[in-house]
Amino acid sequence: MSKQNSKAMLKTLSVLVSLALVLAVGLPEAAAQAKLKVGIIHIGSITDAGYNQAHSEGMHLMKKNLPNVEVIQVENVPEGADAERVMENMIKQGAQLIIPASFGYLDPALRVAKKYPDVKFVHPGGYKLAPNLGTYWASTPDAFYLMGIAAGKTTKTNKAGYVVALPISFFLANINAFHLGARSVNPKMETRVVFMGTFLDAPKEATAANALLDMGVDAMGVIVDSPITVVQAAEKRGAYSVGYHYIGVQKFAPKGWVSGIAFTWGELYTRFAKQVMDGTWKSEALLGNLASDYLTIAPFGPAVPADAIKLVNDSKQEFIAGKKNTFQGPIKDNKGAERVKAGEFWPLTAIGKMDWLVEGVIGQPK
Amino acid sequence: MIGSFLISIVSGAIHSGTPLLYATLAEAVGERAGIVNLGLEGVMLMGAVVGFTTTVQTGNPALGVLAGALAGGLFNMVFGFLVITRRANQLASGLALMFCGVGLSALVGASFIGSRIQGLNEIQIPFLSTIPFIGRAFFNYDILVYLVVPTAVLVWWVLFRTRWGLSLRAVGENPTAAFAAGKNPHRLQYQALFIAGILGGIAGAHLSLAIAKTWAEWMTAGRGFIAVALVIFSKWHPLRAIAGALLFGGAISLQLQMQARECRSRPFCSTCFLTF
Repeated sequence: MSKQNSKAMLKTLSVLVSLALVLAVGLPEAAAQAKLKVGIIHIGSITDAGYNQAHSEGMHLMKKNLPNVEVIQVENVPEGADAERVMENMIKQGAQLIIPASFGYLDPALRVAKKYPDVKFVHPGGYKLAPNLGTYWASTPDAFYLMGIAAGKTTKTNKAGYVVALPISFFLANINAFHLGARSVNPKMETRVVFMGTFLDAPKEATAANALLDMGVDAMGVIVDSPITVVQAAEKRGAYSVGYHYIGVQKFAPKGWVSGIAFTWGELYTRFAKQVMDGTWKSEALLGNLASDYLTIAPFGPAVPADAIKLVNDSKQEFIAGKKNTFQGPIKDNKGAERVKAGEFWPLTAIGKMDWLVEGVIGQPK
Repeated sequence: MIGSFLISIVSGAIHSGTPLLYATLAEAVGERAGIVNLGLEGVMLMGAVVGFTTTVQTGNPALGVLAGALAGGLFNMVFGFLVITRRANQLASGLALMFCGVGLSALVGASFIGSRIQGLNEIQIPFLSTIPFIGRAFFNYDILVYLVVPTAVLVWWVLFRTRWGLSLRAVGENPTAAFAAGKNPHRLQYQALFIAGILGGIAGAHLSLAIAKTWAEWMTAGRGFIAVALVIFSKWHPLRAIAGALLFGGAISLQLQMQARECRSRPFCSTCFLTF
């Protein structure tokens, strides 16, 4: 073979090889474009057994339901400019649906949403909408009322305690609902609240839990990002615990578990992804309740009496049917002032204005 | 009622004060050698995360404390290299060390969030713990709590009653004079920082293994900086640090105890009072 020929051969070969490479790399990429990419950013760790894990498990279920959807998940993203950067990065990777899964991501998400009008955003618990940004959340007081019933029937000391991040109205409403539920089955019940001033300080949460347990509290609830510390402290001292956010908290309190309010976002995320894929998604403010598949009552623990479980289930049906109101008057606050008149009720849409704690709750709302 | 309140206050102060005291001793040893370590927070976090992960993997909290202490000591050596050998600015390097510790501990601990451990259990001292009132307030703690005051006394003894301590303080006051007197300032400062790192690591391990019994990112939540302030509060003296740590530990827990007991208190009210 002459030198010229071999050179020509090499040329053809290299062209063929590069063609093959383009085909090999290019084809799956074309296929990948048919998929939907969903980006989710978390404020904390996705194994916190709390707020973040609930969102993350939702993504897992969505991926199971829709195998052709790809998920980009980033943990520990600070609220602010960092969040914007991460979201833009996800969009550059091809994400068409973004879930900025923390309240504080609202403004960064709105800014990014304005810049990329073709990308859809769904934000949990927000109060602002944009043409391509919708919000979703579930109203929790009714579920807290049910937890109050379960705890009120289970407690032996008639004392419940709540370790709560901050005295903001939504949390006050949840504690009030819990206490009203507990009082409805146990008139001797009292509920003590300790506010942490922070969402994540495990040693401080342990100290707060122990302070409540020292007071004879035997039913502990918790509204911080990760319930692990408080639930474990209660379990260790033989107290009962009520969970929040994530459905799988029971493993930290096998003996003293009562039940919990859990966000099960999986089916909702599946619906969002489907809507974005078939183009039917529209921006809306979604607020679920006990009838929704994303607000779930966690399985009951062994300590809860059977009549309490029945009562919880019956009351749940009454709430769903609209026959029962959590904040049914007359309600006095814990300073003695009348807040809801007899025959009236405080609507769940107005809990953002609740800046008081009901009679029988020991704590400072402000 | 008043009795149980007092017990809770005392035990809360001792519990919250213990990691603060270990951390304050750590900072005091370093500052006596002339090195201000603002990275103590990061050192504590390394101690907390390594202590926790070791306990998860071995099931032995004692081993966890040892590993946490060692991790703190080694992590402080990074700081030593920067400020002693490379003569970098102490304040800037300290802050860098803190951020490095926050990030590195989060990375190491990421897969261990939510892991369950037995943790350091309370040891009830036979006979003493059965004394009514006093028994529960003073003789029902984990081993690190019992060891913290002896550690403070030991640090005091080493600093003020041994030749090594004298040399260390001389280096802190005037390294040139100490060098002229035949001491090796760099070696002494490295030794001081290693000991400080061990104490800081124990402080962190106490948070994750005894108090919270979990690992959470940045779980020290500023306690390293409180310790830096406590060193000044205690005038660089290990024994005065005991009182300082108890006072601050008491303030942290009192604020929570009062909320649980329906006393009117503003969060931080007690801490603000202390500041004045």
